[in-house]
Amino acid sequence: MLTKRIIACLDVHAGRVVKGVQFVDIVDAGDPAELAARHAREGADEIVLLDITATHEGRATLLDTVRRAARELFVPFCVGGGIRTAHDAEQVFDAGADKVSVNSAALADPALIDSIGRSFGAQAVVVAIDARRDPAAVDPVGDAQVLVQGGRKTTGRRVVEWAREAESRGAGEILLTSMDADGTRAGFDCELTSAVSQAVNIPVIASGGAGTVAHFTDVFERGRADAALAASIFHFGVSSARSLKQELARAGVPVRLPC
Amino acid sequence: MRVTVIDYKAGNLTSVLKALRHLGAEPVVSDADLAPVEFAESILLPGVGHFAATNYLDKTGLTPAIRAAIARGVPFLGICVGMQWLFAGSTEAPGQPGLAHFPDQCARFPEGSEKVPHVGWNSLQVRIGSRLLAGVDPGEFVYFTHSYKAPVTADTAAVTKYIESFASAVEHDNVMGVQFHPEKSGEAGLKILQNFLALKTEATTC
Repeated sequence: MLTKRIIACLDVHAGRVVKGVQFVDIVDAGDPAELAARHAREGADEIVLLDITATHEGRATLLDTVRRAARELFVPFCVGGGIRTAHDAEQVFDAGADKVSVNSAALADPALIDSIGRSFGAQAVVVAIDARRDPAAVDPVGDAQVLVQGGRKTTGRRVVEWAREAESRGAGEILLTSMDADGTRAGFDCELTSAVSQAVNIPVIASGGAGTVAHFTDVFERGRADAALAASIFHFGVSSARSLKQELARAGVPVRLPC
Repeated sequence: MRVTVIDYKAGNLTSVLKALRHLGAEPVVSDADLAPVEFAESILLPGVGHFAATNYLDKTGLTPAIRAAIARGVPFLGICVGMQWLFAGSTEAPGQPGLAHFPDQCARFPEGSEKVPHVGWNSLQVRIGSRLLAGVDPGEFVYFTHSYKAPVTADTAAVTKYIESFASAVEHDNVMGVQFHPEKSGEAGLKILQNFLALKTEATTC
């Protein structure tokens, strides 16, 4: 049986893993290569590394971080942040990533999705969407808006429609982050995740808001997520992917165990 | 352990090369050059992407070189599209023939209630006696990402269920294939690659 994936996310800034609440109050959480290896050892099904303050000057640091993290990693490894061209993607693949995640650059130039997909296969392209419900709309979920620049800027695009376009252009997966829930540890946005998951035929990774085991059960069942991402609940030893998965298994969620 | 890895320009080889080196093998990458295939100790055909990309093997003369190596008894492992290429073809690219070492066709998962592609960790039911999958625990999880699959036949070495049962591994003498990505399947995947690397060329009787 296909299992639900638990993905450990490392937000990286200047070569260090950091974690903030809604992209502010950033604190240091360790070395990316060490943490990637530890998460894989402790049962994470996949590792995502996001360069959250990607700058042109920081590319060499990022590629070095990816190379170090990939060296001993034998589970899928996705890298995002600052990938603006197919050439940027190629460098990240050469450094050892299996997938790249594209966000604002794909919104600015949607053909970037087609172009990376053609060269490296759809399975290698994850389109990351930062979403915020539109409280003023009649349908706050259906009309949820796509944001860029770490949630600071609106794009005028609707989440569900953008997810469909990404799929039609050859995206292999959608990484959906709820900016309302991110960093709150109050639970995923299950309604929004479910709306996107039902609108596309590719896997949807839910992100933002993980705090308890029940939140994961909820996003897999009610939210119809194929995978769920968590960063802060792992970093400080609150839980490991393995113990999370053991509890999910007890709740009837299919997960990869033993791992 | 020298292993010839075929680069047919269909994606990234970094992960597979990294896993082989981690296991102590010396991968030799061959693209249009036939010598690494003609003198191969073992051959690995990786694969991500589209079945049509295997046209590169025909264009460069790699197809007959691989066929000859297989006939000499050289161990061969195809991964993902590399496994599907062992079959007669795939509905993904109807004009592009495979090696036809196995007579059947690969086809897309039927559309229905489940998503296509099949992405993630799923379990293996392993056939007893498989050399490639020796020591792999029953129900072991491995990582898949694909929309097309091979049918279950007498040459199937492992079966996985997603929408329907399909061949997640094939094996007949020295010719083997896996639909999943052993280089991305943790300890279980490394074990399978290690099993492959341990195989030696055996003179075939036919």
